[in-house]
Order: sequence, then C-alpha cells, then structure tokens
Amino acid sequence: MSLEDKYLITVGLEVHCELRTATKLFCGCANTFGSPPNTNICPVCLGLPGALPVLNKRAVEYAIAIGLALNCDIRRSVFARKNYFYPDMPKDFQISQYDEPICVEGFLELPVAGKRVGIVRAHIEEDTGKTTHVGSSGRIQGADFSLVDYNRSGIPLVEIVSEPDMESADEAREYVSELRAILVATGATDGKMEEGSLRVDANVSVRRKGTDELGTRCEIKNLNSLRSLGRAIQYEARRQMEIVEEGGRVHQETRHWNEDSGMTSSLRSKEEANDYRYFPEPDLVPLEPSHEMVESVRATLPVLPPARRAVLSELAGGKPSPSELEQIGTCVALELDGYVNSAVAAGVPFKLALSRAANELAALVGAGGAVANESFVELLRAEDSGRLSATQTKAVMSRLAELGGSVEDAITALGFVGLSDSEVAALVERVTSENPDEWSRYLAGENQLAGFFIGAAMKASGGKVNGRIFSALLAGKREVSRH
Amino acid sequence: MAIVDMSAREMAAAVRAGEISAREVVEAHLGEIAAHDHEVSAFLLVLEDEARRRASEIDAAIARGEEVGPLAGVPIAVKDNMALRGVETTCASRILAGWRPPYTATVLERIEAAGAIVIGKTNLDEFAMGSSTENSGFFATRNPVDPSRVPGGSSGGSAAAVAARFAPLALGSDTGGSIRQPASLCGVVGAKPTYGLVSRYGLIAFASSLDQIGPFARSVEDAAALLAVIASQDPKDSTSLAAGFDASEITSGVRGMRIGVVEEMLDGVSPGVSSVLDAAIAALVDAGATVERVSVPAARFGLSAYYLIAPAEASSNLARFDGVRFGLRVEGEDITETYLRTREKGFGAEVKRRIMLGTYALSAGYYDALYGKAQQVRTLIARDFAAAYERFDALISPTSPTVAFRFGERSDPLSMYMSDVCTIPSNLAGHPGMSVPFGAAEDGMPAGVQVFAPALGEGTMFRVAMALEASAAKPAVPVWRSAAAPGGAA
Amino acid sequence: MSSDQISRDETLHIAHLARLAITDEEAAIYASQLSAVLAHARDIGALDIAGVEPTMHAVSMRNVMREDVVEGSLDRDEVLASAPSSEAGMFVVPRIVGED
Ligand SMILES: [Zn+2]
Repeated sequence: MSLEDKYLITVGLEVHCELRTATKLFCGCANTFGSPPNTNICPVCLGLPGALPVLNKRAVEYAIAIGLALNCDIRRSVFARKNYFYPDMPKDFQISQYDEPICVEGFLELPVAGKRVGIVRAHIEEDTGKTTHVGSSGRIQGADFSLVDYNRSGIPLVEIVSEPDMESADEAREYVSELRAILVATGATDGKMEEGSLRVDANVSVRRKGTDELGTRCEIKNLNSLRSLGRAIQYEARRQMEIVEEGGRVHQETRHWNEDSGMTSSLRSKEEANDYRYFPEPDLVPLEPSHEMVESVRATLPVLPPARRAVLSELAGGKPSPSELEQIGTCVALELDGYVNSAVAAGVPFKLALSRAANELAALVGAGGAVANESFVELLRAEDSGRLSATQTKAVMSRLAELGGSVEDAITALGFVGLSDSEVAALVERVTSENPDEWSRYLAGENQLAGFFIGAAMKASGGKVNGRIFSALLAGKREVSRH
Repeated sequence: MAIVDMSAREMAAAVRAGEISAREVVEAHLGEIAAHDHEVSAFLLVLEDEARRRASEIDAAIARGEEVGPLAGVPIAVKDNMALRGVETTCASRILAGWRPPYTATVLERIEAAGAIVIGKTNLDEFAMGSSTENSGFFATRNPVDPSRVPGGSSGGSAAAVAARFAPLALGSDTGGSIRQPASLCGVVGAKPTYGLVSRYGLIAFASSLDQIGPFARSVEDAAALLAVIASQDPKDSTSLAAGFDASEITSGVRGMRIGVVEEMLDGVSPGVSSVLDAAIAALVDAGATVERVSVPAARFGLSAYYLIAPAEASSNLARFDGVRFGLRVEGEDITETYLRTREKGFGAEVKRRIMLGTYALSAGYYDALYGKAQQVRTLIARDFAAAYERFDALISPTSPTVAFRFGERSDPLSMYMSDVCTIPSNLAGHPGMSVPFGAAEDGMPAGVQVFAPALGEGTMFRVAMALEASAAKPAVPVWRSAAAPGGAA
Repeated sequence: MSSDQISRDETLHIAHLARLAITDEEAAIYASQLSAVLAHARDIGALDIAGVEPTMHAVSMRNVMREDVVEGSLDRDEVLASAPSSEAGMFVVPRIVGED
C-alpha cells in the first residue's frame, strides 16, 4: 500500500486576482503592466507622508461582479490596515478587508470532479510593489541589496479564499481553471497567471485515513501556473505524509515552491509574523453597496461558464460522457461554446461540432489563431455532408486560422474540390487492380482492409478523394464482385 | 497703525485697495521675525525668498486688475506637518530632516488660491505629539508672553508666531487639543473645526480619525476668515464633508442662546483659570445668554480613550518612516537592522513611547480590551455630547486647566497628557471646539475659554466666541512689547 | 486588561514589532511608563459597555468613491531625489532576510 493510499489530502486555495481597472485602487495612477520602473507612482501609492487613499469605484464594481459570479452574499464591508514591515509595502501596512469582507459565503462547482467547493470570502485589497534581489547568488538569502519598483503598489486585487474542500492536486487545478474562466468572463481580470494577474497560494494538509482530525497545514507560495500548482501540492502532501509516517509533526509555516528543484522550502516561521495588528482604516469610510449598485452590476454580468456548460450538456442529451464533459469544459473555458451552439443550430451533429471545437479549433486558438464562427459552421456542414473528409476539414480549418478568408477559397486553394463520382469509381478500379492480394482478402471478409484502400486512393489522388464516397463505391464493388 | 498690528482682514483690504503692497506686508513681518524670533524660536524655516516672490506676484496681479482673493498678501505661518512642494517639511522630526515633498497639501493650495502667503514653517512637538513643543526634534519654542514658559503644543510654533506678530494668521493641527491648548497658553484664538470640514490631504498624519487642521489668529473674525477659506470638500480626502463655513453670520450675538458649562471639565482647574471662566460666564449672561452647568459624564473617560486610540493609529501611520523611500536612513546589515536603527535614531522619546503604546494596544490579545473598548467609549462620549446639545446651543469650559508652565516642569508623560483633558473629548466626538483668549490668570499669563458646538455648528461656536471676545480684557503681548511699553502696544 | 504591568520582555517584543531598537535599560523605562498610562486607562477597562457600537470615525459617511480615471503620476527623478538610495530608476534597500 502506497503512502498516498493511506492518507487523505486537504487543499484550500487563496487566489489573488488583479483587477483590470484603468487606475489603481486608491489613487489615479495608471494600472498597467510593464511600464518603466517607478513611473506610475504618486504620493498615495508611494505612501508619502500626508497622502490619503480614495477608493476606486470600478474596483468595487468588479469585486461585486466576482462575488455574484461566485454565488456570494454582497455585504457591508470595512477596510482595515494589516501592519507589517516590508520594503515592497510603502506604508508598511496593507489596506485590505479583514473581519468585514465585501463578499462572503459562496461556492463554485467543479464539473469534472463533480463537487462543489465553498467560497469563504472574497475581499478587496491593494497589491504591493516589486522587489528585485540583486546579489551573487540571485536568491533572497544571499542578495547584497534589493531594488524596489512601486508601479504595482496599489493595484487593486480581489482575494478569493476557498474552503478546504479539495482533496487532490487535480481538484485544485480544476478549481483554479474554473475560477479563472469565471473571473475572465466577468471582465474583472485578464487571468494571466504568467504575468501575475492571477496568483495562487495553496494550504495543504494531510491526515491518515480513518481519522477525523485535520492535519497541520502549510501554505505554499509562488505557484505561477496550473502545472506548478499540481506539482507543488503533490510534493508537499508527500513531504507531510513522510513526516507523519516517521512519527514527526508538521509545523505550520509558509513554504516557497521552487519550480526548478520541484520542492517546497520553508520561507518563514516567525511567531510575530501573525501579529498584523489589524484595525479599521481610519482614512476610508465603510463600503455599503446599495441594492441598486449590486443589481446594476448583476445586469452587466455575461452568461457565466457554469450556465454555458449546462447548455452544451443539454445538447449532449443531458448526460454527457466523461470525455464529452472534458470537451465541454475546454470549449467553455476557451469561450468556444458559441461555435458549437451555432453549428448545432445549423444542423451539424453535436458530437462532431463539440469534437472539432474542443480539439482542432481549441488548438488553433491556443496557438493564437482565429476562425470566424460562420466559417466554422460552414466548414462543419461541408464535412457533415461528406463533401470534405475529416482530414480535409482539419486542413481547411488550419488554413482559415492562419490566413483567414472564406471557406470556399480555402477549399479551392488546398485543392479539395472533390473528384467526380466517376473519377472516384476509376480510382476504386485502379487501387483494387494494383493490389490483388489485398482485394482477395477484403472480398474474403477482412473489412479492415478498406482503410488500406482509402490510404492508397488518397496517395494516388494527392488527398483529393473523398473517403466517404470512396468507401461507398468500394463496398459497392465488393457486393457486385461477390455475386 | 503698524502693519504687524493690523488684522488679517484689514491687511487684505488694504492690499486689495492698493493702499499698501503685499511686499510691504511681507517685509514688515520678515522684519519682526528677524528682530524677535531668536527669543521665541517659532519657526523651523522662514520662507523669505519665496514669500517675497509671491508678494511681488500678488502686487503685479493687483496692478493688472486681477482678482487676488480674500486673503491677498496676508502672511500665514504654517505648522511644519503640512506638505509644501519643494519646501523642507519635517514634522520637527530628525527622521524627516531634509525631506522636500513632491506635492502640496490641499489646505496650502486653498490659502495660496486665496492670495495668502506662506511665510514660514513653524515648530511643533515631533509629529504633533506633545503639549509644550518641548518635544520638537530640533529645538523648543518659547512663549512670547514669557519666554521662560512653554507656548503649549503641539502647534506651539504657530500659536507663538501669531502671538508674536510674526504673522496675523497661522495654521495648526489639532488631534487632542494641539491648536486650542497653545492658543490658550499664548493668548490667541485657535479653532479645531468639525472633523471632515477641512481636508487632511497633505497633513502628515498623527491619528487619522482625530486630526483636523484649523486656524490661529489674534481675533475671532480673522480666525473665521481663514476657516472660510480652508473649509470645503476635497475629493482627495475620503473623510472630507460636503460642507463649508460661512463667516458672515458670526456677529449676530448670543441673546437668547442656551450655553452649558461642562461640569466634568472643572476638576483640577487652577484658581486663576477658574476665575477667567467665571468672568466669561458673567460676560455671556450680560450679553443675553442663559448659562447653566451641564454634565457630559463620558467626557471623564476621554483621556483614557484618547491615549489608546491616538497612539494605536500613530503606530501604524508612522510605520512608513522606515528609511526606504524618503527621509533618514541609518544603514544596517540587512533591511530589518536598517529599520531598527533608522527609527531608533530618527524618532524622539515621546514618539517612540506612543508608537510602543499603540503597538501594544493593537497587538494580538489586547485589541478588544484596549483599542476596541476605547472606540466604544468614543460612542459614549458622542452620545453624551448629543444629549447635552438637546438642551444647549453651545458648551463652554476652560481650554487648559492651567496657564503656560515653565520648561521642564512636566517631565512625567502622564502629567503632560493631563494638559489636554478638556480638549480631547471634542476630537473623539468629532465636534468643533475653539479657544478664545479671556484675559490673564496666574502670573499674568493668558488663559482661554473653550467653546464647543455640535458637528458643523461652527457658526454658533464663532458667535459665542465673538461675544466672549467683545468683553475680554486686552490680550497679553509679547515680552519685548510689554518691556518697551508697559500696558501693551495695541 | 487583567494586568496593567507590562514586562520588560513584552516591551522588547513590542519594540521589535514596531521596529524600534531599544536597549534593555530603555525597555525598563518604557515598561514602567507604558504601565502607568495603561493603569490610568483602567477606568475604561472597568466600564461595562458590552453591546455599545464602536465609533471608528467621527463622520458617518458611507461609500466615498472616485471614478476610475487616470491622473498624472509623479516625476520619478523628483521622487528619487529625496530617496536615501536609488539606482536604475528604483529604490535601493539593504538585503532582505526572509521575514515579513
Ligand atoms: Zn498612485
């Protein structure tokens, strides 16, 4: 029995989401990524003596949108100061929300895992600046000095805290990818993990199966991708299991994930780190979103991923298979579900539309290409009618994604203007006479040789033959030959 | 009349009418500063060149027939905890020595737009923490009436500058009495407006929920004129109110007004100050008001609540003085050691004491018993004041229990904190309060009467102040004037 | 407020939280001074005010917000001119040991 079989893993996630406002949370400095250092700074976000914060209304609207999308209650909230010294924190306190967050008690559905993860809270806070460590080793510990850039200081964040409801790295990954899709759909964030728009901290603990008592948790930071998240949770869970197995105790601490070494390491365990001396921010007044404000935000919300998935599941007859579920998830996550819906409305079978969208189209879009919804529909109709083979359809789609233009032009340019029926019939004669052994075996009942003949016909015609028509004529010739 | 003896309104009127130039006004005051500030040390920085340049600009604008504002050419002394772009702003702390803010406080933009001229930055107790200006990180300011005594604090430099005729007007900040107490001790008018009436943007925070900027002047009407200029909503301050102040309605008298004397503020008051208050009550009755004693029970707890709330907020507000972005840095092995050394060296003893007290009050395990409870007491104080205002239009009390004390006389922190026992409750409640000089108490030193009104009741408060001023004995004068011309030069 | 007496160790801990370097001698002085102030605050410690809402602000405003419109930022050179140390458009700080 492996260690993993003896223990249960518990994961809770804290996701920081940068909001796509024009300005920072408490000042009019531009919220942009990649400006030269310290060019988007002012007395407020630089924490100069005498400066005061004024709350960005758009940031509040985004926070409300996120709360609504995560099925939260939107509440009266109060900003608080979280006091600690760090050079990336210009005031040496962070303005956040503590015991009265704006969004509480929501949930998020994981379609593949088939479970609901509770959302404890989502609150508004300001981001810190960025320190760059300069020194021989390049690591924090060995750096001689650090450089600080406050462009990011004061960028609005919403921190979303889940219940510890996830029980595996896969569930954690699914949670983040689903959350990301929802956040992007609300327009609150661009969701770019690699640019830090979405930052994930994972609280991981383990306990032996059959015991109720939760283990001590460790918080893992520096998870910059879904891949890191999965690997880090697996590593950390294993580490904790080994400690417990050897009779040791897991210490509550913050740990840093190192992508290169594939390990977590202790970042800090100072007692005082927990004494943040929170108190209500006296420079701001309470935030009490009115019913009107909440409703006006609700009215601007688009149809969100769960509802969009439900539409596709309905098309799958209400009971999608696991692989269909995954394809549906992909389509919705990449916002390709509209293609499927349009194709089905135009008479294309659901399975074909879903497969082409979740596989070929998703790959093309992922690589930066784009195909118009109407073209996708037109192309799939051609495939469904038998005019284009699957291979041809994929080739046309690639060309459209790369070069654009009309479906007909692409078909012509690729030479997929099909052979006439008599030309196909001639090809059948040709490949069967050129391969007499295979033909005899096919006649004797080796049906799989149909594929061999199609391949030969493709080769002979330079790919122009329509496989479906060829197959039909081939089968017809066998019927005639048998009698 | 000498220019420095004119009221601010007279000066502005004369400048606007072209009877005297702004430049002459500035020169007269710079002359007075040059002659006597060595006896007072009111200023940390005198802006000679800037003030002259600005005066010339105003004179030129007047010559062109342009509108120059209600305070045209009037010099104003500014407490050195308000940011003025490019001009050293220190809070009288070594940790900020040499800091030139890249921006200007809203109040200073407002007074400049009104034609006033910042003539200098005045001394204070470091970060406005103190009641004597002895805690300045640079030097102590002396009381112009008797230089062996303190001017009060923390806005001691501003109060002394106005009393000494270095400027007809000054700006101070009041967190627990820091405008009113020095006004009382120096014999000038000082007002703390309703919390939120004047923008705090650019005021270097001591205790954010209590701090408020307000005017000093030698007359109630001058104080009102300055308040009218600085009172208005500021989009840069989330706690700023959509309200202003109209100085035109303060002369209508107190006939028929009901005025309460706060009983809780009569304990421990010196006999001289007590007689001053009695005379003030008699004057108000003569002017047609009814005056009665009233109890504001929770006011007794003001001092305790204040010395938990103000240090707590200060401990957080003063964290940013860390040697990273501005001000002093004492380099250490690593960042933590740099923080420790910078703050050790940069802050004075009183500032450290309050940071420690506030850190303790907020730290894990004590929040509810200390900070949380103090905030509840605040509610009680506001409630008790509200009850008093159901029966009274305004309230009065001594401003300070005593006259100005001598240097070093109050070395124990608690006895110093007691100086603010009468002024603190209105900061906690957010109500306006002001001190009006009402003659002399012990040793001929000035003593003020404090007037309170409900939130945004500045109109009423100034009316009462006007009535008091009308019957007040001639205010005390700087020592160099009394020596030269006994009986005063006014 | 069970005890008004702050110990020397507690004082040193508070000083470190506030990033104030103090000597043992100073710790003893601060301990007694802070204890005295807290002893004075005993009067409110004794008040039975459970259920009384705390007042955070003297103002009762709600929902003060600004529109999401970009305003000018500061000139970097002017800001860095008053920094204790800067390089390459950034603030220089001594090495950061893993803490928070
Ligand atoms: Zn800014």
